Amino acid sequence: MTYLPKPKLHHPSLQRNRVGFTRRDYEGAISTLCAGCGHDSISAAIIQACWELDIEPHRVAKLSGIGCSSKTPTYFLSASHGFNTVHGRMPSVLTGANLANRELLYLGISGDGDSASIGIGQFVHAIRRGVDMVYIVENNGVYGLTKGQFSATADQGSKSKKGAVNTDAPVDMVGMALQLGASFVARSFSGDKSQLVPILKAAMSHKGASFVDVLSPCVAFNNHEGSTKSYDFIREHNHALCRMDFISGRDEITVDCPPGEVREVRQHDGSVLHLRKLPDSHDTADRVAAMNYLHACQARGEIVTGLLYVDPEAPDLHAHLETAPIAFNTLGERELCPGSATLAKINAGLR
Amino acid sequence: MQPTDIRNPQYFHKVVDCQWACPAHTQVPRYIRLIAAGRYDDAYLLNWDSNVFPGILGRTCDRPCEPACRRGRVEESNGEKPEPVAICRLKRVAADNRSDGIEKRMRERLPEHIPGAERFRIACIGAGPASLALARDLAPLGYKVTIFEADARGGGFMRTQVPRFRLPEAVIDEEVGYILDLGVELVGNRRIDSLRKLLDENFDAIFVGCGAPRGRDLRIPGRDENTDKIHVGIEWLASVYFGHVKQVGRRVIVLGGGNTAMDCCRSARRLGGDDVKVIVRSGYDEMKASAWEKEDAEHEGVEILNWLNPKSFVHENGKLAGMWFTPMREEHDANGKRKLLPTSEPDRFFECDEVLIAVGQENAFPWIERDLGLEFDEWGMPKLDKLTMQSTNPKVFFGGDAAFGPKNIIWAVEHGHQAAASIHNFLQKDDVRKRPPPLTNLVSQKMGIHEWSYDNDISPDERFVVPWAPKEKTLTNIHQEVELGFDVATAWKEAQRCLNCDVQTVFTKDICIECDACVDVCPMDCITFTANGDEADLRARLTAPAENAEQDLYVSEPVKTGRVMVKDEDVCLHCGLCAERCPTGAWDMRKFLFAESYAGRGEDYSAVPAKKKVAA
Repeated sequence: MTYLPKPKLHHPSLQRNRVGFTRRDYEGAISTLCAGCGHDSISAAIIQACWELDIEPHRVAKLSGIGCSSKTPTYFLSASHGFNTVHGRMPSVLTGANLANRELLYLGISGDGDSASIGIGQFVHAIRRGVDMVYIVENNGVYGLTKGQFSATADQGSKSKKGAVNTDAPVDMVGMALQLGASFVARSFSGDKSQLVPILKAAMSHKGASFVDVLSPCVAFNNHEGSTKSYDFIREHNHALCRMDFISGRDEITVDCPPGEVREVRQHDGSVLHLRKLPDSHDTADRVAAMNYLHACQARGEIVTGLLYVDPEAPDLHAHLETAPIAFNTLGERELCPGSATLAKINAGLR
Repeated sequence: MQPTDIRNPQYFHKVVDCQWACPAHTQVPRYIRLIAAGRYDDAYLLNWDSNVFPGILGRTCDRPCEPACRRGRVEESNGEKPEPVAICRLKRVAADNRSDGIEKRMRERLPEHIPGAERFRIACIGAGPASLALARDLAPLGYKVTIFEADARGGGFMRTQVPRFRLPEAVIDEEVGYILDLGVELVGNRRIDSLRKLLDENFDAIFVGCGAPRGRDLRIPGRDENTDKIHVGIEWLASVYFGHVKQVGRRVIVLGGGNTAMDCCRSARRLGGDDVKVIVRSGYDEMKASAWEKEDAEHEGVEILNWLNPKSFVHENGKLAGMWFTPMREEHDANGKRKLLPTSEPDRFFECDEVLIAVGQENAFPWIERDLGLEFDEWGMPKLDKLTMQSTNPKVFFGGDAAFGPKNIIWAVEHGHQAAASIHNFLQKDDVRKRPPPLTNLVSQKMGIHEWSYDNDISPDERFVVPWAPKEKTLTNIHQEVELGFDVATAWKEAQRCLNCDVQTVFTKDICIECDACVDVCPMDCITFTANGDEADLRARLTAPAENAEQDLYVSEPVKTGRVMVKDEDVCLHCGLCAERCPTGAWDMRKFLFAESYAGRGEDYSAVPAKKKVAA
């Protein structure tokens, strides 16, 4: 927590992006989380990703529930729309907002408590329905706001700060997201922005339900020996699946890498994911293989990070429901009140 | 890159840009904090210790600190015009607001007598800033210092050439008085015309601080007619000071582009010149005068004309009528050396009634016999040891403009300090080149989770302007000081612009957990964790490119992941956010103290009673 507002002064060489903003323009209020919190690094990665993607802040809606993670939307994108929902209800509010206005970029910011415990029912359905969003779980394995009890994602056998051992099996949110039909599934680490930023950019450019599990150490309650979500433990056990470069549709593709080593995935908006050093055994288009790989790593005690699965052509909720192609607030009176003849026709169809 | 050795005091000293740039290494951020705290006496004394003339320098210093000030760099692409902190004018605030009893406190801070020092007699030639600074350092130790001065009173150039509208005489009287009151003997009205005779008077050491007293003349056609209307600038300024010159012609041409030219033209404006032109051979930006002096002159209606080389004086009917000038241009040869060449444009004629020649000053030592073992170089300058200021005659030391040609007051003061240290060593039969180490200290400023014992908030204010007396008053009375100085409230606001660069960011790699919190929060993108490389490579791939090669990179030993922490010192705000966001205290804000040691101090600085030292 810092009392001093971040000075407005910035580096003289700070660049503006194509929509005229500097990276600093994507910041929010200064964080009141504990010093060293992984969540702050995720906020910084979101800021970096939005700046690099030339996103206009007012075309973003950030929604969150309750918890340390859900406080973070205050600390980035202060010029965007925000909604802080009831605990665990972010997915429903996000779904509703997305149905009303499909033209915004939706960032669902949640934590392991908000999504894996109280909100798990909401989480599964938002993913299952294919809501076009980036669902980010800032996952630290503890309830930081209530002083460090194990959360539902804490690994069996991991130790609390006071020495208690967790006996419950963890909820595996990545596995669930894969199984529930998310069309973009990745895991990353708050302490590795060179991996996290490209993943967030790819997720933001993806149409459909993107799920990103970001391991984010809680410095106050879960960064000790015996924890499986500490900076040291994650660094030691991190199995980075691949290196990824994200190339937006506008960029000229100039990656000097032997063609054999790069696997390209082209998304619907023209953006390209360059996956490097991806093991031959892994196919990011194969959902079942991704689940297997995830569990194989888990069984070996490794934490797999990187892009696990992507379906670049997945349909989303709007496609399923055949909704209007534009935001409700841009519909005219004629479309919204099509007249009694149309109403009679609808009524007749229901008889 | 090799890890930075922060145990070397010069590393952090260099981060304090203002102090590093100051020839006397005045502890600038520290005295600015004292001013902000309303402790004007302490601020004055801290200045007095290093630069000896806070009131004089607070008005007339060449302020090498200000172009160096970090504030000027961090304001780049942040608002209208990047400007350094008004360091010089804040110094004046300390001087203006000091209390009457300050002399007593000065004496409390002086080092103690060295037994037996009173046996040694030291002669100083010229009572300018170099001699006075030397006397300030040596007299308290017990040495008998005698200053010989051609004029009646002490102050030298500061008194006779710097005009009163920039520097009131009372300020000189006070600050010269402080030194003479330490038991220094001033022998006024005595011009030294033979060094041999002075050596014969059996002084133990002689310090030559006579300045560069000869104004350079301009030998071009017509110079020898109407010589009462064509003057050498510094001589004319002295005549103005002594009251021999009370008025000047209506149309005045000043030749030259240095600060003396600016003093000449502004003085001329006050003595009846209403059409005053400064005509300079080179371009506006290359003029030697400080930017603010040019601005001040122009503000007072002086016209500055550039790229015109004086060709001849024209006299009509026995009267000075004007001057011819040749238009010039510059050319760079293959080696990048700049040359001035005439253009093909026709010569230009400017009418005038009086001309002031301010094209430079020269050293002249006709009074030093050439057989005293004191060697001169091919340019007629004494051969000196640059550190000790000692000449080839071991008894004779030089300082100020007499040493290396015209510089400025603050350099003269530093020469005085160095010569004093050398003379002290010389008389104590010690190695003349010996310099006691500076007093240094590095103390954490952390008082609580969000509490620092310095004000780490960054003021967004732009530089405040010093108020001026109205033009109607200043242009009609040459004794009316132009700048009025900051009032206390504005001084406080200006002081807030200081970034406290002496409060250093200190990194302890062993306890860093590489959470990136410092990288994320740094408003200036100064911090990077990355694979090590050579300097040029590292500079190119930091969070923000480190293009200012004059500023160091602070590189740690490898942290756990094998990467190194690299901090570009260039535009760090010293706001302490990195340390505040650091969960383990791997970053800490520590106040760095660097105090030069002067003659007789340093070996045992504690000779100054601890309770009498200034804390800030």
